[in-house]
Amino acid sequence: MTAAQVIRSEWTKIRSVASTVWTLGLAAVVTIALGALISLLLKNQWSDLSRNDRLSFDPTYTSFAGMSLGQLAMIVFGVLVVSNEYSTGMIRTSLAAVPRRGMFLAGKLTVAAGLAFAVGVVTSFTAFFVGQAMLGDHSTSIGDTGVLRAVIGGAIYMTLIALFSMGVATMLRSPMLSLGILMPFFFLISNILGAVSATKKVGRYLPDQAGSKIMQVVTPVDNDTPYGPWGGLAIMVGWVAVALLGGYLVLRERDA
Amino acid sequence: MIELEGLTKRYGEKVAVNHLTFTVRPGIVTGFLGPNGAGKSTTMRMMLGLDRPTAGDVRIDGQHYHQLKDPIKDIGALLDAKAMHGGRSAFNHLLCLAQSNGIPSSRVHEVLDTVGLTAVARKKAKGFSLGMGQRLGIAGALLGDPRILMFDEPVNGLDPEGIHWIRNLMKSLAAQGRTVFVSSHLMSEMALTADHLVVIGQGRLLADTSMADFIAQNSRSYVRIRSPHRERLLDVLHDAGITVVEAGGEALEVDGDKAERIGELAAQHQLVLHELSPQQASLEEAFMQLTAESVEYHAHSDTPVPADSPVGVWGDGWKEGRS
Repeated sequence: MTAAQVIRSEWTKIRSVASTVWTLGLAAVVTIALGALISLLLKNQWSDLSRNDRLSFDPTYTSFAGMSLGQLAMIVFGVLVVSNEYSTGMIRTSLAAVPRRGMFLAGKLTVAAGLAFAVGVVTSFTAFFVGQAMLGDHSTSIGDTGVLRAVIGGAIYMTLIALFSMGVATMLRSPMLSLGILMPFFFLISNILGAVSATKKVGRYLPDQAGSKIMQVVTPVDNDTPYGPWGGLAIMVGWVAVALLGGYLVLRERDA
Repeated sequence: MIELEGLTKRYGEKVAVNHLTFTVRPGIVTGFLGPNGAGKSTTMRMMLGLDRPTAGDVRIDGQHYHQLKDPIKDIGALLDAKAMHGGRSAFNHLLCLAQSNGIPSSRVHEVLDTVGLTAVARKKAKGFSLGMGQRLGIAGALLGDPRILMFDEPVNGLDPEGIHWIRNLMKSLAAQGRTVFVSSHLMSEMALTADHLVVIGQGRLLADTSMADFIAQNSRSYVRIRSPHRERLLDVLHDAGITVVEAGGEALEVDGDKAERIGELAAQHQLVLHELSPQQASLEEAFMQLTAESVEYHAHSDTPVPADSPVGVWGDGWKEGRS
């Protein structure tokens, strides 16, 4: 048994189910379309913006506004890649064929993360260019300082979201339980914690809020975040590492 | 060859598998028999390294499962027909298994052909009938051309033609010198396919015997007698040195093939007989007797248990057979 065999096998698995196509497709379409829509709205309402808002305006980050919704499809992708094995009973067949569970999980993560990154790169660059086109006079260029980092960061962010979801799903096994925790967490709780001033200091250490800093180019005027784009990404990587380690330990210890 | 050594699985207080020790040998079909909930599937999952034993050991040709380089080339298993993703085609299901163990994709076509699923190879597994799912699972077990094969309830959901096919398949695999281990809760099914029997109940080993011995010990023949002169008949038979057992109702039972002798004795003493019928106990009855103590979910019925239980008769037999 070699890593290459396991990766080839996992690639066959991931490309041969419909959920891969629709979740990744949805993640790309939603991120791009919503980013374009919000960019267009901002351009049209530019005259209504306050002075502070204009100073803090980040054309790159604005074109990634769709990520908040698009990441939900990425979460579904990550959860389904893992929990499909459990909900169908395929896990027993899989682990009988690949009894080294660490290698099994590593192979699955590699393939899913690779695919998520490829889709992320396409999504991120498309969202950026479409968004800038919509912003017209207020747009930025890929060559400006920090912009390329933010665009590639968008792809990394999407990949990390998928990996985090896979770690959680490996721990919980059930697709419903995993989605029931991850969806409201990313869509509601994180936003609420980040919006209320009392919990803001806690909220910014959550994986999505910290990680999304990598997509910012312009620092907001009243910024008091104690970390930069790379620091934020590191915090998110930490979350992902913990989730994956937890998933690995559960997979290693529990009966299939 | 599969060797189990004191294999035990405990879930909290409950012991699912209790110190199982036996060996599954190559060249024959070994039947693994037990009532529902006896621990058959748990034992098989431990054999495949899916569940971790609380105590004890399983070795596949001397190695632990996780030490096998490409395990499905050594041991192929059908666990249950639903252990697959329904959205994946039959071909892709087998392909991903083949790739993980470095088996060429040409072999996927071969096994699909063997189990008769070539025509639906590109169809999603969720559209398959139970029987087709079972065939796909068997194709997965055969994929690595393994020396050891394990089937958990393989005839479930198969039509008569399919059952016939799987019986012959198991026999031919064993005839090729492979180790074939097949579980069932049906004695009648095992009687037709297995050369050797391992019986468990509530996780404990109840019997490890050759099928021939089991049949010899359990195809008990006896004579059933009913007579209005029951008491006088009992005396006559007793005087003639024939042991009689009082069965349920008015019936009497005499072990062995003594119908003619009893008929003659009755005629000599001018006793009326209402019934004098030679009987053969079925293997299914013998199996139920053996496992009766250990059946977890009893359906209560009012049928009286025959006074003469065959357990004692053949219980000694399998102990000799084990050594």
